[in-house]
Amino acid sequence: MVTEHAAATRRTSTIIVMALLVVLLALISLGVGPVRMSPLKVLETLFGGGSDVYRVIVQEIRLPRTILAVAIGAILGLSGAALQGLLRNPLASPSLFGAPQAAAFGAVLVIALGLADVRSYALPGAAIVMAFLSVFALLVVAGRNAGLLILILAGLAISSLAGAATALAMNLSSNPFVALEIAFWLLGSLEDRSFRHVMLALPFITIGAIILMSQRNALRALSLGEETAQSLGVHVGSLRLIVILGVAFGVGGAVAVTGTIGFIGLIAPHLMRPLVGYDPARLLVPSALTGAALLLAADIAVRIIPSTSDIKVGVLTSLIGVPFFLYLIMRERRALGGGVG
Amino acid sequence: MTDAFLTAHKLSVTLARREVLHDISLALPRRHLVALVGPNGAGKTTLLRALAGLLPARGAIHVGGDALGSLSLRERAKRFGYLPQGHMVHWPLPARDIVALGRYPHGATDPARLSPTDEAAVERAMQATDVTQFSTRPATELSGGERSRVALARVLAVEAPVILADEPTAALDPRFQIEVMKNLRAAADSGILAIVVTHDLGLAARYADVVMVMQEGRLVAQGAPAEALSDEILANVFRVTAYRTGHEHRMIIVPWAGV
Repeated sequence: MVTEHAAATRRTSTIIVMALLVVLLALISLGVGPVRMSPLKVLETLFGGGSDVYRVIVQEIRLPRTILAVAIGAILGLSGAALQGLLRNPLASPSLFGAPQAAAFGAVLVIALGLADVRSYALPGAAIVMAFLSVFALLVVAGRNAGLLILILAGLAISSLAGAATALAMNLSSNPFVALEIAFWLLGSLEDRSFRHVMLALPFITIGAIILMSQRNALRALSLGEETAQSLGVHVGSLRLIVILGVAFGVGGAVAVTGTIGFIGLIAPHLMRPLVGYDPARLLVPSALTGAALLLAADIAVRIIPSTSDIKVGVLTSLIGVPFFLYLIMRERRALGGGVG
Repeated sequence: MTDAFLTAHKLSVTLARREVLHDISLALPRRHLVALVGPNGAGKTTLLRALAGLLPARGAIHVGGDALGSLSLRERAKRFGYLPQGHMVHWPLPARDIVALGRYPHGATDPARLSPTDEAAVERAMQATDVTQFSTRPATELSGGERSRVALARVLAVEAPVILADEPTAALDPRFQIEVMKNLRAAADSGILAIVVTHDLGLAARYADVVMVMQEGRLVAQGAPAEALSDEILANVFRVTAYRTGHEHRMIIVPWAGV
């Protein structure tokens, strides 16, 4: 029998191991590219050693990309864990609910209408508003105690709508680089990002993370169902709005600089549950670390997989994520069947 | 009944444009076990939820001298321990963490960091319901009887002056039905007002000080078990006759045949 103490120790060591893994992957990520460097060399260069050329490559060209991979992977993992806690449903995740797709539409709309250039704060602003509206709409359509099937169907509808709206905005836009832009927003990527992009996304991602973390104990109480949580003093209505807001800030901020990167939020909490348990509150930090590790690993992989043109990291996460999702559906088959009513 | 702790005055509830509770007035003191009985759809659960402030209701509810509407959500949570039907747990949390959530209204929002006071309350509740040995077991792996005792422990851990329990004995075997009722009886004897919804007239007659009978959203009888569960009321409300006897100075009632 696992004692209370042993469980707590295992949670702490999992967090430490995951944090170390994120650091290691970040160092590898900084060393991958046309000029390869070992993690040790990267460390040296980061702290001012090595030649000027190496310093420029690591600090100015690769560091923004790595920072974005960590931050965006973390917020996606955190958002997924928070949404799964909110809906008490292991198949919830931002991308299945169409939030990144809607955020991409918001950003595309701003560009297509010529309201702002690609480096303005209007971009994350619009992305956040659309992400919020999409998750809000999903919960309104699906109803309070929706089963898995209803949530997933409503999510499918919303992401299709957002995708169609994005395509329409592209169609109607006078931007000559339409095809390129579509690829950018629909197949998320971390290539060629600068510190401008980091500054654009990071504040919103941080706000989203703080909002989500602040609700962790309420999410735990929600494990007992909405009515019981309410009877324990949790304002379930505001909890729902706050979590959607946190997800919108995080996902909106992320999508505004990378386009849609899916399935990190779905996978990360699942990888952590066997290690840290099912408590939605205790799952948040480990899921964020796992999300960061997953996106770093995927972004390293797209750079070292030999190919004639660049593979987009969003494509890779979907290629891994969708089979995983299918596996989860298989595992949850019974619940899915029961969720129709 | 003097010294009423929980009162409701002309309480009405409308759900989906249908009035499901009509003009219910009651005044209940502490140190009482109250059984709320009535046929399916009589509005028992709705009344319980309205009393706990979980449903919008017309009329006035006072608890401990304060109007329910004037209390914050957290203050309400400290006064009512609410045990819903089916005691659902969505994730396999350890039993002790579930019981510890009973301390949530007191500011103990993290089961891993309980103050000595909260720790003691959790310990007492788990001992009272005899679930200490399940502390680290995931609630979803427990049997129905074990799970319902964990749920009851969670409600006891609130240490609220009022407990509202919705069919806490449903789906339990006879031994655990008796255990749960004994726990609630002990809570009442220690000064709590416990209101228990049940379909088991026998348990109601045996353990309750007061029986309230509901029919179609109205309170149709209220009093000691012998008066509230009279032959006339059983025939009119439940459409049954009953066999009655006594054992150890307690009334035994067994629904016998339909009328």
